[in-house]
Amino acid sequence: MSTIWIAVIGSSITAFLNKYIGHSVPEKWLDRPRFKRINTLVPIVLLSALVGVQTFATKKELVIDQRFAGVAVALIALKFKAPFPVVVASAAITSAAIYNLF
Amino acid sequence: MSIKPKNDALSRTSLSVAFTVGLYGAAFGAAGVTAGFSILQTCLLSLLLFSGASQFAVVGIMGAGGSAISAIATATLLGFRNALYGLQLAPILKVTGLKRILSAQITIDESTAVSTMQENNDDKVRGFYLTGIGVYVFWNLFTYLGALGASAIGDPAVWGLDAAVPAAFCGLVWPRLKDKKQFLISALAIFMALSLTPISAAGVPIIATVLLAIIFGWKK
Repeated sequence: MSTIWIAVIGSSITAFLNKYIGHSVPEKWLDRPRFKRINTLVPIVLLSALVGVQTFATKKELVIDQRFAGVAVALIALKFKAPFPVVVASAAITSAAIYNLF
Repeated sequence: MSIKPKNDALSRTSLSVAFTVGLYGAAFGAAGVTAGFSILQTCLLSLLLFSGASQFAVVGIMGAGGSAISAIATATLLGFRNALYGLQLAPILKVTGLKRILSAQITIDESTAVSTMQENNDDKVRGFYLTGIGVYVFWNLFTYLGALGASAIGDPAVWGLDAAVPAAFCGLVWPRLKDKKQFLISALAIFMALSLTPISAAGVPIIATVLLAIIFGWKK
């Protein structure tokens, strides 16, 4: 079995367990202030790290290329409260324009 | 299905949320294929995993050459908030057996948000199912279309798909940054991940940033 299949099946199982556990355990198990504070920050750090790596990394090298321009435009779109599809499309158009023109 | 007049606004809210969020599925479908997943593998993530941020993380990490373990671990940590949503929803839905399994599967950001916005218990239940099932249908439909579209494209950079994925992550993290401290933590996470990139295996720089969440979340 390829590693992609392992990732697909493994992450699907743990995602369902996450969801099912919430519906099944007594509330006090997970209802702890410290735990909730950390859990609020977990998506922030993971998604931010993904933004950084997906924008600047090519394998193990850090580079500045057309992706950076695309993401910068996405951030501007977000600043102006653009809806998600507009954010993604504006990044793609910017990046494609630079990649194809230079 | 007949819709009572008093629930009209709720149905409209649920469906518009479902459709808008469903559209993002096209971005995920394209991201999956761009990362080297087959159309089937990409669609299975939407059908089975069904949690946007976790799905993008899996294809992002695998596409960058990360191990299955780091992809699974990152996706699992990202999906943990769904457990907290389940905690809030269980006393409202009061379901068991197969119904609980199906309810758990559609326990995501959007279904929880629409449900908790409602005032009475009936509307909370209705809002949860309408939004959850609606997002499920549209998200999977658009995943398939996005995957089909991207597989017809050769080099993803020509269409800007290489920038669309980090832009999608920006769109997912942006609404969560509510104060200066959270912006700072976000910036630190980017810095930490990039610093680790040249010296560690792909995927490790992402999951390592959980340390920051623990450090900054430990004390109030």
